Amino acid sequence: MRFLSQLQIGQQAVISAIEAEESLFHRLSALGFRVGKPLSIIRRANFNGPLHVRLGTTDVILRSTDAARIQVNVHSD
Amino acid sequence: MKRIALLGMPNTGKSTLFNRISGASARVGNWPGITVDLMSAKILIGGHIAELIDLPGIYDLHGFSDDEQVVRHFLTKNPVDLVIILLNSSQIDRQLSLVLQIKKLHIPAVLALNMADEAKQSGITIDTDDLEKALQMPVMQISAKHGDGLPKALQAATQIINQNQPATDPKMISQLLQEDNQIEQEMEALIQRHVHIPTTLNDNTTDKIDQILLHKWFGLPIFFAALYVLFQFIFTAGKPLQDGLAWVLHLLRTSLLEPMFASSPAWLSGLMLDGIYNGVATVAAFVPIIVLFFLVMSMIEDSGYLSRAAFLMDALMAKMGLDGRGFVMMLMGFGCNVPALMGTRVMRSRPMRLLTMLVIPFSLCSARLQVFIFIIAALFTAKQAPIILFVLYVMSFLTMFLTALLFQSQYKNAEPFILELPPYRFPTLRQIVLRGWQEVKHFLIRASKFIVIGVVLVWVMTHFPNNVPPASIGTFAGQIGLFFAPILDPLGINNQLAIALIFGFVAKEIVIGALAVIYGLQGDALMAQMATQIDWVQAMSFMLFTLIYTPCLTTIATLKNESKSSAFMWVSIAWSLGLAWVVSFVFYQTARGLGF
Repeated sequence: MRFLSQLQIGQQAVISAIEAEESLFHRLSALGFRVGKPLSIIRRANFNGPLHVRLGTTDVILRSTDAARIQVNVHSD
Repeated sequence: MKRIALLGMPNTGKSTLFNRISGASARVGNWPGITVDLMSAKILIGGHIAELIDLPGIYDLHGFSDDEQVVRHFLTKNPVDLVIILLNSSQIDRQLSLVLQIKKLHIPAVLALNMADEAKQSGITIDTDDLEKALQMPVMQISAKHGDGLPKALQAATQIINQNQPATDPKMISQLLQEDNQIEQEMEALIQRHVHIPTTLNDNTTDKIDQILLHKWFGLPIFFAALYVLFQFIFTAGKPLQDGLAWVLHLLRTSLLEPMFASSPAWLSGLMLDGIYNGVATVAAFVPIIVLFFLVMSMIEDSGYLSRAAFLMDALMAKMGLDGRGFVMMLMGFGCNVPALMGTRVMRSRPMRLLTMLVIPFSLCSARLQVFIFIIAALFTAKQAPIILFVLYVMSFLTMFLTALLFQSQYKNAEPFILELPPYRFPTLRQIVLRGWQEVKHFLIRASKFIVIGVVLVWVMTHFPNNVPPASIGTFAGQIGLFFAPILDPLGINNQLAIALIFGFVAKEIVIGALAVIYGLQGDALMAQMATQIDWVQAMSFMLFTLIYTPCLTTIATLKNESKSSAFMWVSIAWSLGLAWVVSFVFYQTARGLGF
């Protein structure tokens, strides 16, 4: 079990839990962040900038602090 | 009259579809229950005149953002006969939730699946016939951009309208909205049964472009280089057009208007020719550059590159208490500050929204750009011009960053930053032309409202009382200039420039119109006259003041409406006026001290 913010570039994982207050939870789920959904990290901006995440057909950018609310299970390759 | 609402998530091409159906007949209207303006248009559908309303793009009917509340309030206060739901085909797996939410409200609906071509490229196939049966509503694939499938969708809408079912009952909608439901599970089941999505997307053009444009080190330099090149293009292409138009406008005056007013009394020909015509013509000559500017802006906006800019800049913006979206609003402000201010509605945290609204008025908008191009052309050589303009854009950014840094402790926030990254898209010629036309229309409305009244007032003030020479110290304008002299003299801003500044408070378009009236000249003659009256240090000080002090009355009104706080509005006005004075003072006195 790890947080989305701890993943390496190129790594794939499956969302296992989302811990956020109601409004943030709503927004995350509207963008496709739901338990059981696979995702991968495409890139990370410089100077601890946002993460570029791909969920299915959707590309999303989010800050590390927000990504730390999302728990993931990493695929063992 | 029938009422049709257009609903969809952000980035689905909803405005494109609205423009395509409504042509250029759209207008802004007020609606019960909501305070923001929505675009609407009258369209003919199946023998009925129907009103088509463009609702804001939302993710979720139950969401918490301002836009989501607007849509909810609209549906619970206004009866509708039909909702056209627009989805992005390639993201149907998550966007279908909006359809199910509408279906639960028992509102008659047509589902239009946009960007069918993109979905196809990604290998996504949607069985529309089966989906239609399962959803019990017409489902069709369309392309809002190119118009494919649109007649079929409108036909389906016509059929529903012609059934003459009673419109929705707002009270019932409000009740139904409160009952939460099992939408997510229903959505998963529908997607699993009727939609096939490959595990990896086939189309990777966007990925390839992103590898360059979002590069760790080259991303930002490329972004700013691209902006610089685009702006250079606007001026290289726009200058001949501007000169041509100025020549035509001058010819019109000498060959048609002057003979026409030859026999009228001196005051009337003075007011009409030196007042209104000179003022309006001087401003009108800038229309080509402004149109070109907005064409380029809309191309960048529609391309998806702005979301990338948000990604690249977020780390830096975070240090100033803002986020990547704030940077995008700053860039939007280059066009006009007003829509940029309204764009802050996507932010849920009030402190962050206020901080963003505090910095946007420093964004060098297209109206201020006209003033700068004019003054720069009058006082600087063609070689210096691009550098001076570049310096002003840099100053615009610096004042925004300084403001955010100084005020961030007052507006602390923990707003999450989560943004969708759409694939790159190229706008069609039709989209570009429609957008350009809207800007010209907007300019003409402003011209008739502000500029004509403004230049007439300036003319009256510089020509009365009529026993003294025009624009001299004895006129009303001269007296006002004299009154402000103790404040503006240390900045090198003389009487004439002071009058232009005062009227520029209403709208920056008036500034050069006012100068034309004050000097009683137009075009090249006006520039030559100004060059004899002020030197480059004064011009630069004037431009810095114009850049930093309040952009226009409309911006102030928007600031007050959006923040719902007069106190905040006054803070913004006082801060920008104070900063403008200090920056101009420091620049002018330093330059003079160094012997320039």
